[in-house]
Amino acid sequence: MTQLTLAKAINAGLRRAMEQDPKVLLMGEDIGKLGGVFRVTDGLQKDFGDDRVIDTPLAESGIIGTALGLALRGFRPVCEIQFDGFVFPAFDQITTQVAKFRARSAGTVRMPMVIRIPSGGGIGAVEHHSESPEALFAHTAGLRVVSCSNPVDGYWMIQQAIRSDDPVIFFEPKRRYWEKAEVEVDGQAPRPFDRAAVVRPGTDLTLAAHGPMVRTCLDAANAAESEGRSIEVVDLRTISPLDVDTVAGSVGRTGRLVVVHEAPVFFGLGAELAAKVTERCFYRLEAPVLRVGGFHAPYPPSRVEEIYLPDLDRVLDAVDRAFAF
Amino acid sequence: MTGRRAVEKSTTPTPASGSTKRAPQGRRTRRTAGLEEEPEFIQLLTPTGERIDHPDYPLELSDEEARSLYRDMVLVRRVDAEGTALQRQGELGLWASLLGQEAAQIGSGRALRADDFAFPTYREHGVAWCKGVSPVNLLGMFRGVNNGGWDPFENNFNLYTIVIGSQTLHAVGYAMGVQRDGGDSAVIAYFGDGASSQGDVLEAFVFGASYNAPVVFFCQNNQWAISEPTSRQFRVPLYKRAAGFGFPGVRVDGNDVFACLAVTRAALEHARSGQGPMLIEAFTYRMGAHTTSDDPTRYRSSDEVESWRAKDPIVRLRAYLDREGRADDVFYKSVDDEADRLAAEIRSGCLALPDPDPLSMFEHSYADEHAQVTEERAFLAEYLAGFSEELS
Repeated sequence: MTQLTLAKAINAGLRRAMEQDPKVLLMGEDIGKLGGVFRVTDGLQKDFGDDRVIDTPLAESGIIGTALGLALRGFRPVCEIQFDGFVFPAFDQITTQVAKFRARSAGTVRMPMVIRIPSGGGIGAVEHHSESPEALFAHTAGLRVVSCSNPVDGYWMIQQAIRSDDPVIFFEPKRRYWEKAEVEVDGQAPRPFDRAAVVRPGTDLTLAAHGPMVRTCLDAANAAESEGRSIEVVDLRTISPLDVDTVAGSVGRTGRLVVVHEAPVFFGLGAELAAKVTERCFYRLEAPVLRVGGFHAPYPPSRVEEIYLPDLDRVLDAVDRAFAF
Repeated sequence: MTGRRAVEKSTTPTPASGSTKRAPQGRRTRRTAGLEEEPEFIQLLTPTGERIDHPDYPLELSDEEARSLYRDMVLVRRVDAEGTALQRQGELGLWASLLGQEAAQIGSGRALRADDFAFPTYREHGVAWCKGVSPVNLLGMFRGVNNGGWDPFENNFNLYTIVIGSQTLHAVGYAMGVQRDGGDSAVIAYFGDGASSQGDVLEAFVFGASYNAPVVFFCQNNQWAISEPTSRQFRVPLYKRAAGFGFPGVRVDGNDVFACLAVTRAALEHARSGQGPMLIEAFTYRMGAHTTSDDPTRYRSSDEVESWRAKDPIVRLRAYLDREGRADDVFYKSVDDEADRLAAEIRSGCLALPDPDPLSMFEHSYADEHAQVTEERAFLAEYLAGFSEELS
């Protein structure tokens, strides 16, 4: 066991993937000598060379478009988009080219590409550095969308994403990069990367969240316990596919569901999960599925972002409403 | 003889003149001017079939090789005519004609080695022919039975790309892969004058130059991006852009198959030998509509089209073959007969293309099982099965 921050855990996962497969390449802006603006690729260029850890020109569409060509040639590119808000110049390449390539080729072409995106708010950043665009990618067939919430998952899920022959959008909760945990760096991944996990058992209500909000939900569950409420927390981990079985199984036990994410609630992951769980658990539900998330407003200036982002109080407010129904 | 010739004035934008001059209607000046100077290009075969030499692009062809370029161009023109006819008869939803661009496509396509990888747009039927892709397979996406239709690795010819300019980045990435694998394969990226305005194409230039990738950027400037003339896309000759990115650019007479072959060979050699990208602007003309859905009479004059007809790539090569006595009527007859047979094969092949099984839409979007796909495929299968029970 090694104690690692999330950033170091992903770094260790990248290193292990590169050691195991010479076709794995890293691409991105400032990922070489600098080690990335969050240092997630720290030291990798020094050890693997600039042919495998490629500093790119500042052009996101160019990064993804050339990564597609490298994937066609048999490489497994892992692209870093420096911040969530900068993925949009590459949105065209990701949705019209990367996502569809395998289907267009009737399965003759593999598209093993990972697109790492540090995402979410809470770090006091300037505009375009705090977005949560997961729903936009989940809406596109051909992509897998996953979100790690802790160092153990960061270490294993990045390796699983790289090993996948499908393109994977890999969200990293930037505000959690410095949170630590014990990571078992040898052996096998504890679970597949397309499954959710019950990370805290409970009997009265299910909180479902991913990435940065898992920690918030665990804190809320602990706070609610002192009020006599037993709350189960599901770390969704994968957004496309969405592991509805695990969530529905939890709701089957608790009868109540609150979905929490930083992204705007409107047309978001919570809406999809609410619809699916309502179909599966209609007679078991004690209350409507409630959602806690960002608002239908441009991400606000950082001095007020804590009002925009779900926090322990906003989650507990929704818990109260679910019980009051 | 230098071989660098200006094309006729009537077919090119006039030189930039007083840019503040108002149009008669009093609207703001339209920037129809654009080009700094008369187009010059590499030409080895004049419109009347006269062979000329160029010091930088020597080309020696046997009789057989010269005739085979003629054969290729006649056959792909026939493929194209059949595509248009099939669309008109309702057998294809759409067809994008290459008419007029045969020399640019056959010349560049025949310069490629088998291990060179080509990234086409959706109009490169001639390049596909050179790479060995069956013309019937090109029809699938236009008929609506698939979105691809061939294995890109079988002939090193990528699937057609419809989003304008996207494939230029794929080509550069593939070339970066070639660099890492070693060897001297090259990559060619096709695009058009309209695509030259796309950010992806310019990013491809940046990446290609930055990594010194073994890629040739081959622009068929056919003068029109649907209804928009080249003056809307660039104010300096396109090939000159290359200098700003740090690699050579050259303009070639795109209706001269010899020049297209020689210049593309040189550019591929440039890439193979580790000298990085090169941009070729093949100055040609889209004789037909943008696609079968387009009506070019709304935006361009028949005089312009006729002026380009006088530069026809096939007529020009035939004039040369006759002038030099390198082909006879037996040869021409055999090519025409072959074209007839090919057209018949394409027609029957098109009609035989099976409609896809509805459930096949789910089959290849993921390599590994994806729960959403599994659920929806099961739903649709059951839903469709309900109809067959009703029928029985």
